[in-house]
Amino acid sequence: MPFVPHTSEDIASMLEAIGADSIEALFNEIPAELQVGELADIPTGMSEMEIAALMQSRARADGQPICFIGAGAYDHHIPAAVWQIATRGEFYSAYTPYQAEASQGTLQVLYEFQSMMSALTGLDASNASLYDGASALAEAVLMAVRANRKNKSTRILMPKALHPAYRRTVRSIVENQDIELIEVDFDPKSGQTPIACIEAAVGDADLAALVVAQPNFFGAFEDVDALTDWAHARNALVIGVVNPIALALLSPPGDWGAKGADIACGEAQPLGMPLSSGGPYAGFLCCRQEHVRQLPGRIAGRTLDLDGKPGFTLTLQAREQHIRRAKATSNICTNQGLLVTAATIHMTLLGAEGLERVAANCHANTRTLVEMLCEIPGVEPLFEGAVFHERVLRLPAPAADLLRSLAEHDLLGGLDLNADYPELGSAILVCATETRTQDEMRRYADTLAQILATR
Amino acid sequence: MLIYDQSRPGRRASAQAPLTQPEITEIPAGLRRRSRPALPEVSEMQAVRHYTRLSQKNFSIDTHFYPLGSCTMKYNPRACNSLAMLPGFLGRHPLAPDTHGQGVMACLHDLQEILKAVTGMHAVSLAPSAGAQGEFAGVAMIRAYHKARGDHARTEILVPDAAHGTNPASAVMCGFKAREIPTGSDGDVDLDALKAAVGPQTAGIMLTNPSTVGVFDRNIQAIARTVHDAGGLLYYDGANLNAILGKVRPGDMGFDVIHMNLHKTFSTPHGGGGPGAGPVGVSPRLEPFLPVPLVTFDGDAYHWQTERERPDSIGWLTAFGGNMGILLRAYVYARMLGREGMGRVADFATLNANYLMARLREAGFEAAYPERRASHEFIVTLKPESRQFGVNAMDFAKRLLDYGYHAPTTYFPLLVPECLLIEPTETESKEDLDGFVEAMIAIRREAQETPDLVKGAPHSMPVRRLDDVRAARQLDLAWRPGTSEDING
Repeated sequence: MPFVPHTSEDIASMLEAIGADSIEALFNEIPAELQVGELADIPTGMSEMEIAALMQSRARADGQPICFIGAGAYDHHIPAAVWQIATRGEFYSAYTPYQAEASQGTLQVLYEFQSMMSALTGLDASNASLYDGASALAEAVLMAVRANRKNKSTRILMPKALHPAYRRTVRSIVENQDIELIEVDFDPKSGQTPIACIEAAVGDADLAALVVAQPNFFGAFEDVDALTDWAHARNALVIGVVNPIALALLSPPGDWGAKGADIACGEAQPLGMPLSSGGPYAGFLCCRQEHVRQLPGRIAGRTLDLDGKPGFTLTLQAREQHIRRAKATSNICTNQGLLVTAATIHMTLLGAEGLERVAANCHANTRTLVEMLCEIPGVEPLFEGAVFHERVLRLPAPAADLLRSLAEHDLLGGLDLNADYPELGSAILVCATETRTQDEMRRYADTLAQILATR
Repeated sequence: MLIYDQSRPGRRASAQAPLTQPEITEIPAGLRRRSRPALPEVSEMQAVRHYTRLSQKNFSIDTHFYPLGSCTMKYNPRACNSLAMLPGFLGRHPLAPDTHGQGVMACLHDLQEILKAVTGMHAVSLAPSAGAQGEFAGVAMIRAYHKARGDHARTEILVPDAAHGTNPASAVMCGFKAREIPTGSDGDVDLDALKAAVGPQTAGIMLTNPSTVGVFDRNIQAIARTVHDAGGLLYYDGANLNAILGKVRPGDMGFDVIHMNLHKTFSTPHGGGGPGAGPVGVSPRLEPFLPVPLVTFDGDAYHWQTERERPDSIGWLTAFGGNMGILLRAYVYARMLGREGMGRVADFATLNANYLMARLREAGFEAAYPERRASHEFIVTLKPESRQFGVNAMDFAKRLLDYGYHAPTTYFPLLVPECLLIEPTETESKEDLDGFVEAMIAIRREAQETPDLVKGAPHSMPVRRLDDVRAARQLDLAWRPGTSEDING
């Protein structure tokens, strides 16, 4: 019996101790008519060898195409040590550190993760992670409504230049709580979100918060200082949505404008998490000290034990569902502990300089890729101005067709923007991380040129 | 010692980063960072040694018996991990086309079908990232269902007082009021109180069955009738699904919507507190509202269904639709169990719990519901020990750590004083259970003879009991440059 250690002698002596005739008898409080027979729709059990063969053939079926898609999930190098350590049984098979004395490993990792995220974002506090970047933004929105003491508004400004998947997720999560999400257009020339567009969307109404993505979905840079100061002047909080790799180069949310952003969140996937079809990843959520009691999710803190020796524990639990129940800051119960472990080891191995190198190489590769692609007649950047490591390109033929043809050559040429931004015409979002080589980029450009030439 | 304490300016793990650093001219200076973030500067070996040593400060299933009630800390088969981490799965971008995802989608589709069959539900979405997100999705679907029928009066979700705290919190996140229903002295929901509470304002009830007091609610059919007759829907919190897997199906009990905690019942890793996975299953009337994406199979190829094909969906819960890597682990586990292994999970989880309860009672410990069968877990109340020796449930829990056992869940559910909620799971052997009983007996002896030894426990962990009040009042949530030495002294 896989994963069950009992011998027939064990079973007999255990039943005797219980005073039951059979294992079946242990279910005698369940109404008989509810008990099911054989589950015919479920296949019979497989050995490890059999399931391994099945999974290997399925993994091979997914291929290993060369990826030029970014759009919120990035193909970065992950040091070998990261997952070798993270999947040690002591991390992998431990649970939430409720018994702090027997969980100092996990708790210290959480504290170190919080320290590193705090350093990257330039904000005072970080939680121990949420499900992913998009759900972290949803929590940030709810948090901002609670934390804004200058007005009682439930209006949140969401730029259209913010990732469409983030906008969708925020809508699903907050729409039952009377939050009003106001979309803000972007400037069609630059792909940025200028204050004029914001004012056009909101008029004089009270605002709970402004969401600022840096870089935004198109890879472009927002004028974060001006946006932050504008929002603060309107008594709105500022929620920064940031990429942790980009933060190695860019001004951190805590430094935006005169007073800094109030909250920052984003996707920690670029910090050592495999693409894995979209998860598991981890969302991070950081804030200024004054808002810390509105921060949802687990938080580890450093304290002292009975002997005055430093140690770590979950803290501010009075915010959480297992204590506060209906009055909790969120229903969230888990964090992405294992992913946080990976991210913490990843940041430690790379350090600030290593992250900066990764960021600079992504930036340079994307620039090279864009130059190569734009040599092809009819391919051109759609927005002007600088980008971090993604850019929108206009194509001279329907994007969906071209991407399909590229995929036949095992090239994932970028993300088709048509579904979310039909007004942009045939446009794709491309990304070349530090893992893309000159040869791969050349292959992409040559293949695209060939496809276009033979159409 | 923090990793920061080992940091020295200029020290590098230089093999890990790209060898070159291209100059950046394009990004305006005003947008650039003025100083580098304070991240550790250590060698690769220092990092490896530090985090390996930290791992050794944890209790885990791989190293210790971990009878944490309601958490189902069973063995996590290693094959589930290695097969989910095959390069083809790990390297796949979430926005890669379906042509480059037929393998993973086949696994997810199979998993949807297996979960439907084992829960008796009509349709399943794998999108929720954890149990609490599954609850959110389930309650959001209940709300969408009533709204679609134009029934706007249903503003209340009923929740038994023994429920997990996530239940009322999820109800509130979906814009409902949570109303508590008391538990009777036999551990079942107080049916009269339920009948008095339902009405045109009832959107639904959230139930865990077996409940958090470790018994199967014998009146489940009457509860279902009562709530359905009032026009409400039934939500099944799958936290305790391990107790009935392959034996009884929530769909057959009359539930309209259920979430499953794959990190419990389907043995995916708890990972120090996540990631989880909390798929939801529904009856036909809630099917249009399922969160997206879903995987469909047209006989030839697998496809994602999104809000385009499912316009009434409650939408997306994360950017890319779920914890795929965790779902793959659950899939491998489910295939290794097979149809014959599902019921075996419940059989042996229940055998172990009833055996452990019988042995502890025989040793003189008081079960909270002695006249009831245990499900996969049960409650011991240490009220007598607390009264006699002044040693409470938390003291027992901490002393168990010294004996090499992770503590059971303490002080939950709130309605039993000085309680330990004990869930041994099916993967523990009789010898391990016997060892736990011996430890409990030994601690009670200590409580009688040397109570301070128990009250001061643990004594053999990396730290002694921590000052939680200090942690909350003098918040220290992040290391800052220059602060390390003060506290580490």
